[in-house]
Amino acid sequence: MSAKKTLLQEAPLLEVKNLETAFDINGTFYNAVDNVSFKIRPRQIVGVVGESGCGKSVMSLSIMQLLPKGIGMVKSGEIIFDGLNLEKMSESQINKMRGKDVSMIFQEPMTSLNPVFTIGYQIQEVLFNHMIISKQEARQKAIALLKSVGISRPEKIVDEYPHQLSGGMRQRVMIAIAIACQPKLLIADEPTTALDVTVQAQILELLKEIQEVNDMAIILITHDLGVVAEMCDEVIVMYAGKIVEQTDVDSLFYNPKHPYTILLLGAIPKIDQEEERLSTIQGIVPSLTNMPQVGCRFAHRCPKVMSECFNVTPLLAEAADGHEVACLLYETSKPREGER
Amino acid sequence: MSTVSVDNKKDNHSSLAENLLEIQNLKTYYPVKGGFFKRTVGHVKAVDNISFEIKKGEIMGLVGESGCGKSTAGRTILRLLKPTEGKILFDNKDITRLQGKNLREIRKDMQMVFQDPYASLNPMQMVGNIIEEPIYNFSKKSKDELKKEVMDLLEKVGLPPDAYYKYAHEFSGGQRQRIGIARALALRPKLIIADEPVSALDVSVQSQVLNLLKDLQEEFDLTFLFIAHDLSVVKHMSDRIGVMYLGNLVEIGGKDSLYAEPLHPYTQALISAIPNPDPRQKKERIILKGDVPSPINPPSGCSFHPRCPMAMEECSKSKPVLKEVKPTHRVACHLY
Repeated sequence: MSAKKTLLQEAPLLEVKNLETAFDINGTFYNAVDNVSFKIRPRQIVGVVGESGCGKSVMSLSIMQLLPKGIGMVKSGEIIFDGLNLEKMSESQINKMRGKDVSMIFQEPMTSLNPVFTIGYQIQEVLFNHMIISKQEARQKAIALLKSVGISRPEKIVDEYPHQLSGGMRQRVMIAIAIACQPKLLIADEPTTALDVTVQAQILELLKEIQEVNDMAIILITHDLGVVAEMCDEVIVMYAGKIVEQTDVDSLFYNPKHPYTILLLGAIPKIDQEEERLSTIQGIVPSLTNMPQVGCRFAHRCPKVMSECFNVTPLLAEAADGHEVACLLYETSKPREGER
Repeated sequence: MSTVSVDNKKDNHSSLAENLLEIQNLKTYYPVKGGFFKRTVGHVKAVDNISFEIKKGEIMGLVGESGCGKSTAGRTILRLLKPTEGKILFDNKDITRLQGKNLREIRKDMQMVFQDPYASLNPMQMVGNIIEEPIYNFSKKSKDELKKEVMDLLEKVGLPPDAYYKYAHEFSGGQRQRIGIARALALRPKLIIADEPVSALDVSVQSQVLNLLKDLQEEFDLTFLFIAHDLSVVKHMSDRIGVMYLGNLVEIGGKDSLYAEPLHPYTQALISAIPNPDPRQKKERIILKGDVPSPINPPSGCSFHPRCPMAMEECSKSKPVLKEVKPTHRVACHLY
């Protein structure tokens, strides 16, 4: 408990303030991430959960400044990493930081490695970009990195090409590249979704180990609540581009507040429980182009919907100690007079 | 209609122990071609000697990691692939070597629901036509009768009637999977093989489709072979479960027995690897080393022995066979 308190006192490593990221669809910009604010403290593992299309990947691409140019852009808001405002930095400054202080691993280990370069080359590329290092040293470092992510025969693998490796090994290589410069923050976007359960268990174990050894923070984006329960300290639940709930992992699973979170937890079949029927959520996530502009975005699927849900937008506010929720069922989420 | 279903139910109860499907020593090998003349240089032993049976009205689950041969097994049973060896008995009839008209006749009793609802529906066809095609193929019904039947099916799977005139791209993943299910149901088959029917869907939609499948199974007295890699989903759906590894069936048993007391080290590792959605329960994980070996050259003896935490000398020498360790619970492992 005391460890947790010291965590809370520490300055945040990453602070996202009122982030709005928009995408161009037929000439109009629509917000895929809408007014999202959160903090990540050093050495914390924060899970971001939500169904496909809820904006979790777009959010991570915004942090990495990797949005597709001309199509997606950060409309407003601030992303402050280690005291620096990323939105105000130039391309070359960002390049210096990306891969060194913040790095990212992607969902598809099959497509995120370059097929025409050796594994060793792709690891060394990061090292050459961010460090002054000789060729021999870089090669030795690449081998050491491969070893640290649990690849057997690293001296051989370093000269092999991605197609010669299995999915789990490719994901390990991706992790090796991501941690090459010992970043302070690692963004892992569905790192185990494409992998089998036994390999997923290996990779999650590895991420935990590296997190402890390197003292880094991890943003773990996933749709698997099981992975969240095993890995994370804090959880952010997103729905249709907004954060609907944010709390520590224990309260999320034992005391969920937002109806969406409650339904989501009921929808997963559990291995140690017998239930005849799973809870379902009616309907589907509204598409970007017809997102309700006022009111709660979950209203038309919500079993506890009230008439005000359609015309009052709930605020994300602390409903209990350290437990933030955006739902009009809670007094704290109701906007004060004059703010509507 | 109602009398028929009552009769069916009665039938089913009196013949509870009857097997609808029986697989005996089934093998499906894919040839590996190589060299200048594209000669066969080896075989991928995708399904290597598996035997099991499915009783009428039962949901049998088949789990395993990618490449373990579970989909190949499903497709071979439907005779979409040619079995290399072994026997498939469907409704006490050997269908292993059926051809032409006879094979076509049996097809209407076994249908499939595919994994990817984005790829398994024709984008150029109206949903109504997609669903009515199997009925049209096997019966001489008038256009009006066909349409009425399709409307019934749409209602059964929870789609609005105007879905008839729409195209697949106008639907979300979950709705598309419903269309695929309606198509599989169209001929009122006895057996449905569902190959990863929910793995492409989000959890909230996944639960809708799983509930639908369970309802339909009760309503139509269907028998299912449910293939999936997600063990919690398989457990939720199935009565009995078979675990496959590298083309072999390593364990088969009732779901409660199998999950409460998995016998095979692979099943134990598989179950322990599932992330538990409960932060207060930290369980001991069995972490397997390495990856699934290539099915072209499977390891000698028990194909799991290079990764097995309990491997003994014997394991690399002789291949274990399925034996009954507990009632209705069989395992292929030298430990027992």
